[in-house]
Amino acid sequence: MDSRGPTSKKPVDVRKVLVIGSGPIVIGQAAEFDYAGTQACTSLREEGVSVVLINSNPATIMTDVEIADAVYIEPPTVPVIERIIRRERPDGLLPTLGGQTGLNLAVELAEAGVLDRHGVELLGTPLDSIRKAEDRELFKELLIGIGEPVPESEVVSAVDDAVAFAERLSYPVVVRPAFTLGGTGGGIGRTEHELRTIVAGGLAASPIHQVLVERSLIGWKEIEYEVMRDGADNCITICNMENLDPMGVHTGDSIVVAPSQTLSDFEYQMLRTAAIKIIRSLGIRGGCNVQFALDPHSFAYFVIEVNPRVSRSSALASKATGYPIARVAAKIAIGRRLDEIPNAVTGKTTAAFEPALDYVVMKVPRWPFDKFATGDRTINTQMKSTGEVMAIGRSIEAALQKAVRSLENGGRSLLWEERSWSDEHGRPTEQLFEQIRQPNDLRLWALAAALRRDVSVEQLAEMSGFDPFFLHKIRHIVAVERELLHEPLTPALMFRAKRMGFSDSQIGTLADLLPEQVRALRIAWNIRPVYKMVDTCAAEFAAVSPYFYSTYEEENEAAPLEGERALVIGSGPIRIGQGIEFDYCSVRSATAQRAAGVASIMVNSNPETVSTDFDASTRLYFEPLDEESVRDLLENEAPPVEGPAASSAGPAAASPRAALDGDDDRASAAPPVIVQFGGQTAINLAEPLRNAGFRILGTSVESIDLAEDRRRFEEALQRLDIPQPPGGSVRTVEEALNTAERVGYPVLVRPSYVLGGRAMEIVHSPTDLIRYVTAATQLSTRHPVLIDKYLEGRELEVDAICDGEHVLIPGVMEHVERAGVHSGDSMAVYPAVELTHRELETVVDYTTRLGVGLGIVGIFNVQYVLFEGTIFVLEVNPRASRTVPFLSKATGVPIVTIATRVMLGESLRSQGITDALWPAQKLVAVKAPVFSMAKLPAVDTYLGPEMKSTGEVMGIDLTYQGAMVKALTSAGLMLPPKGALLISVADRDKAEAIPIIRSFARSGHPLYATEGTAGVISALGLPVVMTTKKLDEGHPNVLDVIMDGSVTGVINTLEGVSARRDQLRDGFEIRRAATERRIPCYTSLDTARVVAMCIESGASPNEVLPVEAYWSFDPQSRLGPARANHRASEPIDGRVRPGTHVSDRA
Amino acid sequence: MSEALLVDADVCLALEDGRVFFGRSFGAPMPAEGEVVFNTSMAGYQEIATDPSYHGQMVVLTHPQIGNYGAQRIARESRRPWIAALIVRDLAEEPSHWQSTGSLHAFLLDAGVPGIQGIDTRALTRHLRDHGTMRAALGPIDRARPIEPQAADLVERARSATPLSDKNLVAQASDPAGAADRTDRPVEAASADRAGLRIAVVDCGVKHNIVRSLAARGVEVYPLSWDATVEAVLAAGAAGVVVSNGPGDPERMAGAAALTRELMRRTVPLLGICLGHQVLGLAAGGSTSRLKFGHHGGNHPVRDLLTDRIHITSQNHEFQVDAASIREGSGFFVSMVNLNDGSVEGLAHRELPAFSVQYHPEGCPGPQDNQYIFERFLDMVARPVPGADALSRDMVPADG
Repeated sequence: MDSRGPTSKKPVDVRKVLVIGSGPIVIGQAAEFDYAGTQACTSLREEGVSVVLINSNPATIMTDVEIADAVYIEPPTVPVIERIIRRERPDGLLPTLGGQTGLNLAVELAEAGVLDRHGVELLGTPLDSIRKAEDRELFKELLIGIGEPVPESEVVSAVDDAVAFAERLSYPVVVRPAFTLGGTGGGIGRTEHELRTIVAGGLAASPIHQVLVERSLIGWKEIEYEVMRDGADNCITICNMENLDPMGVHTGDSIVVAPSQTLSDFEYQMLRTAAIKIIRSLGIRGGCNVQFALDPHSFAYFVIEVNPRVSRSSALASKATGYPIARVAAKIAIGRRLDEIPNAVTGKTTAAFEPALDYVVMKVPRWPFDKFATGDRTINTQMKSTGEVMAIGRSIEAALQKAVRSLENGGRSLLWEERSWSDEHGRPTEQLFEQIRQPNDLRLWALAAALRRDVSVEQLAEMSGFDPFFLHKIRHIVAVERELLHEPLTPALMFRAKRMGFSDSQIGTLADLLPEQVRALRIAWNIRPVYKMVDTCAAEFAAVSPYFYSTYEEENEAAPLEGERALVIGSGPIRIGQGIEFDYCSVRSATAQRAAGVASIMVNSNPETVSTDFDASTRLYFEPLDEESVRDLLENEAPPVEGPAASSAGPAAASPRAALDGDDDRASAAPPVIVQFGGQTAINLAEPLRNAGFRILGTSVESIDLAEDRRRFEEALQRLDIPQPPGGSVRTVEEALNTAERVGYPVLVRPSYVLGGRAMEIVHSPTDLIRYVTAATQLSTRHPVLIDKYLEGRELEVDAICDGEHVLIPGVMEHVERAGVHSGDSMAVYPAVELTHRELETVVDYTTRLGVGLGIVGIFNVQYVLFEGTIFVLEVNPRASRTVPFLSKATGVPIVTIATRVMLGESLRSQGITDALWPAQKLVAVKAPVFSMAKLPAVDTYLGPEMKSTGEVMGIDLTYQGAMVKALTSAGLMLPPKGALLISVADRDKAEAIPIIRSFARSGHPLYATEGTAGVISALGLPVVMTTKKLDEGHPNVLDVIMDGSVTGVINTLEGVSARRDQLRDGFEIRRAATERRIPCYTSLDTARVVAMCIESGASPNEVLPVEAYWSFDPQSRLGPARANHRASEPIDGRVRPGTHVSDRA
Repeated sequence: MSEALLVDADVCLALEDGRVFFGRSFGAPMPAEGEVVFNTSMAGYQEIATDPSYHGQMVVLTHPQIGNYGAQRIARESRRPWIAALIVRDLAEEPSHWQSTGSLHAFLLDAGVPGIQGIDTRALTRHLRDHGTMRAALGPIDRARPIEPQAADLVERARSATPLSDKNLVAQASDPAGAADRTDRPVEAASADRAGLRIAVVDCGVKHNIVRSLAARGVEVYPLSWDATVEAVLAAGAAGVVVSNGPGDPERMAGAAALTRELMRRTVPLLGICLGHQVLGLAAGGSTSRLKFGHHGGNHPVRDLLTDRIHITSQNHEFQVDAASIREGSGFFVSMVNLNDGSVEGLAHRELPAFSVQYHPEGCPGPQDNQYIFERFLDMVARPVPGADALSRDMVPADG
């Protein structure tokens, strides 16, 4: 090969680029692609290139109209993208920013001839390289060709071939399916039986029905390099990273440290050289991720994987180093060289250098097992975490403990232990060792527990495969725990503990003090964190990046910002119930503050997000979102106080009390705090921060409490004369039974103060209620259990802004699924199409009264149920909800901007807003949830009051059907034409299912059904194939027809809780089978009904337009107005004018 | 904060401008004096400690976790550590690596090199960046006695330390016997078919990997002392000469400059590395000067003006060749520049087979991307065609 690589030709003159986003958040593909995409779009526009973006995910910053020149929120399919290409005529397509989804679509577009047909050049990574990196066989050939070692492997398309290969190689072997997300469908086969199961699943998961079976490297070190190459063949590495979990655990599920810690320079350079060789041979222009396995006992290594695109790891590397990989990769893709791109961090040097880190970065995954208690908690080569946290420290110990604090796992510090890990004498148990041997989400805690019981590092290294180096670090933490437990707390010990990342609350637990007492002592002893800058160059050059982390050292680099400023608290790791939507809100709020002349300070712990891009705010603190960290940084932002407390007369002179008084002064000088946009994480900090003397902007803590405290909320509603489903809060089983009796079954029960409807259930009988309450009181002893009459009506949802006197309602949404399905898992439609004028007026009236009556200043969210003609309030959230980005994009109303201005003191009137209800757009927008159930074995997939989805998509069109079809398509919920459907519904749902069944039959879908349902269908005179639920009575049974592909979709509704155990299990098996086979499974008849409606009406997308064009669609002109026009409806002059909508003016 | 920082301290690092840092001692418990420089490499602490170019200098490592993989035989770049002291944030007490023969602490203790740990190394680095490289003294403190007078004494000691330029450090670092006694460590070399060629290395404090990089290409390496005469070089029958890296001020290297001038006159192919590059600059009639805080690390981008390509390089130098001092008439021209500060990174002659690089093509620690420099030199030796055309011919990585 020419040593300059295959792409040394002159770059094309690119003026317009199409960028494909990664779509909904699923496990394995999360917010990192919003971060990368947003950065890339901005980067391209800096170069004068116009950007056309397609992404079906409305909860992203990148789909905001400010980010690209044309934003398409449309289903990412080949025909739709071809329509966009035809309309926009881009010169180039940048496929490397949308994760695997973007890359796969680019391949499809190229293979379908779309790119050639329209003269669109593939930028960044050549198609050939994508194929080489993604196709296991080609990849292997390439590596062997350049002399890089690859583990022995074979690509198979049949289970028997896999077994034959494994027998030649000996077990265990690793299975990796081609073209899948986050290792979906992969695993480690230790026996023939295991291998057969995994390969069958992997073949099903792979779109090309191929899996790779390879030599197992379990226990080897796993190392990653982020590499960058420009068109002139200049290559650099940005960062390397070392997984604490050795090979065998997906890197997304591994604890990761950057830079590598146990590699000698020889090893570091050996792998670096190999990584550069690989990016050269692939001819990539842009970023690339290379993963290696390194033998812990020799210099032998293997290349494991190459991602020829930005990835989760590149997002982490960007945040870990300050080097903006996506930004640079985008510029390289359009022909810029590394040395022509300025380094935004130093402001002096260029992008052609390798970052040097003078700190340690630790990433810890966030798993969803707190919500899916029954899920399989073991981790392996298939990724299961929904999100991650990152922490920065000046030692491994500190970075690790800060990361654990950032997880927001119910305040679970490294001290946490499971009861079963020790026996009555405190000795380690077999369960504990099992947790260490078999990778799982609790392994880190288990290791600490074992070290606490004096199990040796050598023994633990043997069991876990962790390098002893890291185990020694955990042992150091445990040693300081011991000191804290047994020795008197002195300044020296306190300082040592803080340097190892112990929180005040951990120190308090060990030293028998309250966290507040620890803080007071610490301040009296003048032990405060300092803040160091992430500057890409280990302080070699003076840097301008406003990106800081806390540490306990001598010199502070973050002097308080001057002038007006406010802190936005972000939302932490992505988890079910608290996703990317809150990052959207946080970033938008920071932007609005800056536009209003207020410096925005951001704090967050999530490396995947836009909010932790130091460009997104005036100043970024990468810190845990706990009370201690936020108070510390707020105090750091307070100008030094005059007076005795500030003079620090030394430990002896300052009493804790005096220090506290000094703190209060400091608190009042600190910037005010915005807690409304960071989800429940941020709102939960309101009270402690207020109590510590800090100022909360907008809605007061009292009002927040009014909305969240059941009893006070009830009183408020009575005062405001707004109906609420009857119910009450209970603390005992007797109270529960009495309340349920009074309101009548079924009742909705849930613990108060929880996230994402956790542990919420619909209960139909006293027996079930007793079972629930007994379990629930353990769950939350501080707060009571709430019991409400369950009203099975239509659910309405409103996001609104109140300035204390007036309320703005940007739009009213209606849920497709009836009340009882968590709002995060329901499809929602804007505008609420089936609402009468009078009902709409009631909603506006109630929302206005609630906003003003509860004392909301800023944003809030209200959920209503419309039951037998009456509108009831279900709940009020005194914060931004997950529908804010969706509603912003459906209506064009900059909701977060307006709310932020209100919080900064600008009334709605002074922002030019006079109407309570923003005029409805002449469009329909549908939000559909997206689940990651294929990644979470043993989790039941039915829709219920507890939220399960990880992401969402938006369908937008001029008609209800058009929007619905788009949403269903983007969410993967659409049935193929005439595809067979399996129906198995509970007895109580059978009558309601009949019209739906008829509709599917009329559309030509062959029907399969289980015994009871088949009877109903036959009785309708429709043909049906009966398949038995009895799995041991002959084939094909109900699972066979799913697994063998006979059916392409499933309708299955849940039996009541009172159903027999085997009935429940049958349903579970059916739903899981559909998940494994990746076919739609409708567990709510409401969902099935809209699918049937769409299919029968023959609905298809009407328009494929930029989102702004829908807002102002003019039926006279099928093109929509020019961009300059609808920009006028945005607050460019600081004023938003409802009613001055372009289409109204036209 | 300072109170708490002091509690565990038993040793103090005092800078000549009066700034002091308190930390804990490791390595040899003895006082030290020297210049303080910072190195931003994230791995390779032992290569740094044993690089003779650091003779007379205390090194602060900016990466906070040091000693993680212990001391290793193959990580030695000379027979012993040369640094005056090592300054780190956190030293690993329990190293872990299959190649480790013991802790870094033990390695330094054996060699009589002191260390200080636990200090705010970033604050120190920022101080050096802002105020320039300066002298420092390291010594124990007794917490039973008042601290301030003890610190003041150390500041005085720093101020009276002999400046780097006043010492003949090269004479001490030069160790031709040691250069032949290197440990084995794999070097990636494109070809190794130059059997029979003998290359003389003028050892001003040469790093093992320069010798290895040459030897891996099949040539016989013939180390000579820093003050070798032309006669000695010619008597060695060397087909080419490498003037190596080394410590101290290049202005003290008039003898070596005269030697290289004489070799050039005889068209003996020449490669200067680091100090050797500065020597070549002096031989070309140029001058050298001090950088504010030097270049020490493995991430310095260098633009090759002949090919317009960027290379990431490993660097360790305090002095530079002044670009303006290289006159047209000398036949030399600046062939490479540092992308960060524009300083001279390479010289080449238009007609003679002679060129030099300011950085370390052998890495150790640092990237191995620039091994091609050895390839180019040996090509030049085999076929001594001088001039810029020949230089640009193969300025691509050897793996291409």
